[in-house]
Amino acid sequence: MRGLQLPLTQTQKVRLQRALEKLEALLSKANSNASVTVADTIPVNYDDAFLKGHGTTEHNGEVVATVCGVVERVNKLIYVRTLRARYKPEVGDIIVGRVIEVAPKRWRLDINYSQDAVLMLSSINMPDGIQRRRTAEDELNMRSIFEENDVLCAEVRGFQHDGLHLQARSQKYGKLQRGQLLSIPPYIVKRQKQHWHYLEEYGIDLILGCNGFVWVGEHVETKDEMLVDQDKPESQTSKTNDYSMSLESREHTYTPLETRQNICRIANAIRVLSMLGFIVTIEVVMEVVNLGVSQNMDTHEMLGSEFCVLVAEREAERRSQKRTRGN
Amino acid sequence: MEYVSPEGLRIDGRRPMEMRKLQAEIGVVAKADGSAVFEMGNTKVIAAVYGPREVQNRSQQLSDQALVRCEYSMANFSTGDRMRKPKGDRRSTEISLVIRQTMEACILTQLMPRSQIDIYVQVLQADGGTRSACINAATLALADAGIPMRDFVTSCSAGYLNSTPLLDLNYVEDSAGGPDVTVGILPKLDKVTLLQMDAKLPLDIFENVMQLAVEGCKAIADYIREVLSENTKQLEYRRGL
Repeated sequence: MRGLQLPLTQTQKVRLQRALEKLEALLSKANSNASVTVADTIPVNYDDAFLKGHGTTEHNGEVVATVCGVVERVNKLIYVRTLRARYKPEVGDIIVGRVIEVAPKRWRLDINYSQDAVLMLSSINMPDGIQRRRTAEDELNMRSIFEENDVLCAEVRGFQHDGLHLQARSQKYGKLQRGQLLSIPPYIVKRQKQHWHYLEEYGIDLILGCNGFVWVGEHVETKDEMLVDQDKPESQTSKTNDYSMSLESREHTYTPLETRQNICRIANAIRVLSMLGFIVTIEVVMEVVNLGVSQNMDTHEMLGSEFCVLVAEREAERRSQKRTRGN
Repeated sequence: MEYVSPEGLRIDGRRPMEMRKLQAEIGVVAKADGSAVFEMGNTKVIAAVYGPREVQNRSQQLSDQALVRCEYSMANFSTGDRMRKPKGDRRSTEISLVIRQTMEACILTQLMPRSQIDIYVQVLQADGGTRSACINAATLALADAGIPMRDFVTSCSAGYLNSTPLLDLNYVEDSAGGPDVTVGILPKLDKVTLLQMDAKLPLDIFENVMQLAVEGCKAIADYIREVLSENTKQLEYRRGL
């Protein structure tokens, strides 16, 4: 049993228990006995053809699980989806990572995988936006693009002979600044079409990396490559006015207090969700943030036991509503 | 000294074939990939698993399998008399090696090439059978970290005192100087991965003692399976669909 490291009063304990029981009841109706532990036999219809996927092995003609998790069946394929394991990359995943080494022609990134990921100099967009061969000079200037300990966002390109490769060939990828990096278990991040979220009312960008690294930061305007080309003459004209540029750039390095508070608020909402082990999607995060606002909770109070219990109750309610609407 | 009374009770009031109370908790170290506390009576052990992660020392990297490392230590406050022990003393190096080899036998290392798995076990309270408790805690922590395993390893000790085979020796019985058999098994595959004994024992008696230890291992396996499945279910229903 995974306990919460929070001091709960007796009533809070009872309320949390009830909310969790409700969640359990909701799911046990949906799928029963799908969870397995190490060395459990997975029931299979041996008359049909089947394929053994990840997390399974064969012993004495039986399919046996090698990890704890949930059995998933896709057509003929049988595999075990792990909970609480390190991130397993899939091609096309949006991930957030931290640079740990600048190596020749490449950066090494920590992405919560069993190996470091590689981001080649040739698989990023240069800051000047021009498509060209990377020269030796570019190689020497790599630290001006990403340094050690920089946080950046990229996409999984695939496995090459020397490990996992990433790419960042769009303006929306790249260095992340002025915000917070959160590390949550990867299994509670749901793979979706959209992992970037611009929360307009808060002026915040939220990136739910598939690898369990979540970025909450100030919103930055990104331009598409095509638009950048069109804007070019304009920016050149503005460069002539040097003084106004420096003022503008000074303004850019300053994050308003309100934005910083919003960043903390959203980050705390995600922290509460990961503490409870609830799934993290944009809808749930926004709901938790709004719950905090409606309860007049201060940002720091969002990590307290009372709010934790409230979130659990709200989540139980939300899921049961979703279920009744679905039926 | 009399270790089994005429009524058939041991010093701590157990029957010869009775095990101490088991207690396990998963997820006790926040930053670790997997962690567990395992208690057998008054013996209490904490284990934390980090990895699979990038190999720290490049020269140790294996291109076809994962590198498993293990560090065993005993907290200074774990024993009755507080002793300041140097970190790499012979006993802890030996137990580290034993745990590493036992765990390596069950981890599917070939699935995680070019990575390393670190297992840290520390004895918080020592009351005999620390070796077994460490292996059980490490198994739980590895399963919690989602590391693929052939089967989990469980371990239990048994001894032979006053012409009686005794299951799960405590500190007093352990220090009596009689034979102490520590067994580690893979319950599903029905194989032995660890067998240690540092005394002489006639073959027929040894078989009895060994059988008793294996029974103990199986009982522990049932408990560990229960804890793990409870934990998995809880994680799953909390996550939702």
